[in-house]
This record gives sequence, structure tokens and C-alpha cells, in this order.
Amino acid sequence: MRKKKLTAGELIFQIMIYTLFGLFTLSCIYPFYYLFINTISSNDLSAAGYIKFYPRQIHFDNYSKVLRISGLGHAATVSVYRTVVGTLLTVGSSAFLGYLFTKKEMWGRSIWYRSVVVTMYFSAGLIPWYITMHNLHLTNNYLAYILPTIITPFNIILVKTFVEAIPPSLEESASMDGAGYMRVFWSIIVPLTTPILATITIFSAVNQWNSFIDTAFLMTDTKYYTLQFLLWRYLNESSSLAALIRNSPDMAASAANMQTPTSVRMTVTMIVVLPILIVYPFFQRFFVKGIMIGAVKG
Amino acid sequence: MGVPSGELLPSVDPVHRSRWKMKNKHKLFFMAFPFLVVTFIFYYLPISGWIYAFYDFIPGIPLSDTPYVGLKWFKTIVSNPTQTAEVLRVLKNTLAMSSLGLITSIFPVIFAIMLTEIKSGWYRKLVQTLTTIPNFISWILVYALAFSLFSVDNGVITHILVQLGIVDEGYNFLASSSNIWVTMIVWYWWKSLGWGAILYLAAIAGIDQELYEAVEVDGASRFRKIWHITIPGLIPTFFVLLLLSIGNLVNNGMEQYFSFQNAMNKDSIEVLDLYVYNIAFANNFPFATAVSMLKSVVSVILLFAANTLSKMVRDESII
Repeated sequence: MRKKKLTAGELIFQIMIYTLFGLFTLSCIYPFYYLFINTISSNDLSAAGYIKFYPRQIHFDNYSKVLRISGLGHAATVSVYRTVVGTLLTVGSSAFLGYLFTKKEMWGRSIWYRSVVVTMYFSAGLIPWYITMHNLHLTNNYLAYILPTIITPFNIILVKTFVEAIPPSLEESASMDGAGYMRVFWSIIVPLTTPILATITIFSAVNQWNSFIDTAFLMTDTKYYTLQFLLWRYLNESSSLAALIRNSPDMAASAANMQTPTSVRMTVTMIVVLPILIVYPFFQRFFVKGIMIGAVKG
Repeated sequence: MGVPSGELLPSVDPVHRSRWKMKNKHKLFFMAFPFLVVTFIFYYLPISGWIYAFYDFIPGIPLSDTPYVGLKWFKTIVSNPTQTAEVLRVLKNTLAMSSLGLITSIFPVIFAIMLTEIKSGWYRKLVQTLTTIPNFISWILVYALAFSLFSVDNGVITHILVQLGIVDEGYNFLASSSNIWVTMIVWYWWKSLGWGAILYLAAIAGIDQELYEAVEVDGASRFRKIWHITIPGLIPTFFVLLLLSIGNLVNNGMEQYFSFQNAMNKDSIEVLDLYVYNIAFANNFPFATAVSMLKSVVSVILLFAANTLSKMVRDESII
């Protein structure tokens, strides 16, 4: 890079974009930080609105109390379960089906492929979908979290495009050596498509973790509730939240750290958001790379 | 990759290869079959539920015991003045928010262009990393954040605004219906701007650097470089995304509005998807089905229109 002398206009422009991006970036992370410092500060100070930029009188009572609220631990298990199992199945089937769709010799390939892709654009609507799920006995059933996500057309398109860019001779030489489709899939396709599979894994895991509409529609039994759904209930129903605080064991803490509906809400929010914030920095480069590969390929 | 690609090909006998492929024609289909069944069950089977729009269906009673009413529910949309007004109100909300989305879809382009103008590499990376975080949290969480920042009693933003004298004590942002469309689009871009810009950053990275060097020799200013090279380089990507969103004009989803809706803002926040949900939960199944059927028909028409447009403008089809 050559060093050029900045003109006045240039300098103003640079200062402007640095400031604008700085402000926007701050607005993206401050809410998370604000929640965090409030949940670890004295609930009294927090309720009075004193905690704005740094925590005061740090304590972790909110977390230890909220985690003991009955139902929350179970909801966390359900959330983790659907994230792990759902993601594994979605990634596995996206990879396999995406690979199969690259095989021109498949009977009726273009029809099947199109009929999968087209589902990205239309849906039967909420009620017909709900009635179908009901008729399939997928209400109050863990499978309702897992089965519908197996086919995600966008993922299948990503894998198919990626596999098509792999030199066909690789596969042909393997099949000449007697490898079947399964063998080729496992020993050639899977290792070569790792970047795109990593991207799909993150998308799918985040989707599973964040879903709440399906719980709202399909689950009436509390044992199927997820963390996101509980959070939504806590945000909207102050009565259920009050009951929850009353009924929980040893809620009578020291007066200053008495849990309030606000502190419980904030803590639950933090518990739901933390896994994403922790995992995010590790995977950021993967999905940026993955989406860029997808973008460049069109 | 250390695999010799070209060398192995000549040894493959073409006749053998085609026979091998023929034999596998059905085998491949059977391998894909379970997945096709899943697609059928979760995407195509629900379409059979459209039949409920033609009956006076009440949940809990089998369809065979409910009277067939033909187009009654479709007619109520146009003949019953209250229903018509409701549907028009919801349609207005839907189209208003979709159009705001379409108009502002230029934002990520601007974001990407401006970001590449930043000289310091670490700052650019920091901005890019941190602004994508909101994309990965659910709308419920966005609402939870909004709730703690803007709540009347102890929201930090409310506090600051009151101190500055901008709003009155006790102003409830989240329950207000004024400017709700604008508020919703602001939250939408807060969540997705950084992420949306990644595609354009990729497109900018793909632009041939020699083009820039060439015009630099001619003494082009920064603005001219953006105008004559970067923007033309981004137009194809922008167009594809724009056309895709036209197909989804009436499908603005419901998670965002579902999270932010309350009794005070309901009238202006209810989009078609949320309306269908709300009337369905008021147990009017047939009417909800009729409305979502019309919605699907409109989306398909829009999709085909966008597709035709895409073929005309770019000689490329979406589906």
C-alpha cells in the first residue's frame, strides 16, 4: 500500500465511516453486554436502572436460582436434544440427498430435484400444516422437532452445487475399483465437502436452537417445552413468572438480591443466548467461508 | 489435491460405463426414495388440507360430519364488510412492511461498499464479525433484548431518552402502535444487516482488481471507482436477491411480528401470516385456511412473475 496524503474531504469521509460503523457495531453488542452486567449486579441497583456500563456488587445468585426453577432444566435438555439430533439428521440427509441429486443416471432426477427445490417458495398454510401434523400424531411428540427439518431445500442445493464442482474422475476411478455409491459418498464426497457441511451444521444447529413457533403450535404438554418457548412465555405472561418465583425453592434470598420478574427474565434470556455467544467466535470463519463459496458459485 | 485427475479417464470403457449407469438408474432412485417420501409428507401432503376451506369445519369433529359449504368462506372475504376491512388492514400491513423491506434492501449493499472503504484491516474484521451476531439469535431473544432496553420502568434507553427530555416519563415504546412499521424495519435491519452484507462483500472480493488499477491510472476518484466498477459488479447479486424477495412479498413470515405483537400494536403489526395464526387460534379454521390458500396463490403468481422478469432482464431463471 502506498501512503497517500489525505485530502480534507477524504479525512472527513474516513472519520464518518469509522464513526458510523463503530456506532452500529456498538448497537449490535451493547444489548448483550447490558443484559449480562444486569444479571450479575445487585438486583436492587439493576431494578433502579443504575447498571448501564459496568456491573456493581457482582453476584451469581440470579443464575443459580433461575437454573433451579422447575421446568427450566428440562426445557434446556429438550433444546439440546433437538439441536444435536436434529442437526445430525439434517446435515446427514442434506449431504446424502445432495450427492444423489448430482447423479444424472437417477431415474426421474430432474423431476425429484425440482419438486424438492420448489418447496422453498410455497407452503400449504398454517392450518393445513397443523392438521397434517396432528393426523400424523406429531403433536406432543419429539419427532415433530426432528422430522420436518430433514429436508431443507437450501442445504440440498448447496451440497449439490458443491459436489458438482468436484472432478468427476475422482468418483469414476473409485467406482472402477468397485466402490458403490455409499462407499464413494463416505470416502470421497464427505471428506471433500467438509467446508459446506460445516456451514450447514451451524445453520441447522442455530435454527434448531432458535425455533419456538413449532412448540407454540404443536406442543401442549409442558414436558415438550423448549427454552425459547419458556422465554417467550416469561416475557408475555407476568402471572406465570410471578408464580414461578413464588413456587421455587429457596427464593427468599437476601433482600438486595431478591429476584424480580425483570431479573428472572433477563437471566433466562442470558441463559438462552449464551450458548450462541460462546460458540459463535469459533465458527464464524467457517460459515463466512461457506456462504462465500455458495455466493461465488451462484 | 494430490489426485491425478485426467489420467484415469481413458481406461474407463464407455460401453461398460453406460451399462453400469443403466443398472443403477433405479438403485439411485430407491436410495433417494425415503427422503422423497419425507418431502412429500411434510411439504405436499398438507396441501390436501386445503379442502377444509370448503367445509364448516370445527376442530374435533370429523370432516365427514361437517357440512360442505362451497366457496362460502372465500365469499365472506369480499361480501362481509367487517371481514373485508380486516383482510384489507392486514394486507396493508403486509405490503407496507414488505415494500419497506424491498426499498431498504439497498442497505447491505451500502454497508458492504462502505466497509471495504475502511483502511484498517482489524477494524473491518471486527465490524464484520460483531455485526453478524444478531443474525444468529431468535426473534424471541431480540424481543427480550428490546424488552430490557426499552421497558418503561428500568430500560436503559428509556432512561436516557427521558433524561435528555426526548420522551415523557413512562413512554412505552413496545406497546406503541405509532411508527410500528418503521420500528419493525429498524429491528429487522439491526438483526440482519451485517449478515446480509457478507454476500456483497464476497461479490466485491470477486471483482477483478485490475479494473481498479486501470481506472486509477486514469486518475479516477474514490467515488468514480465505486460508481463505475463496484456498483456494476454488485448489480447481478442485488437483482437475484431482489427478484427472490418479490416472490416472497406476501410471505413476510411471522416470527418477528409474533414476538413483538401485543394488544396495543396489534392493528398495525398484524401481517397475513400472523393474522392466519390469530384467527386459527380463535378456532376459525376454515376461514384461516381460505386466507392462507389465497396467500399461497398470490405468492406463486408473484414467483412466476419474478421468474419471467428474471428471464427477460438477466436471461436466467430462478426456478
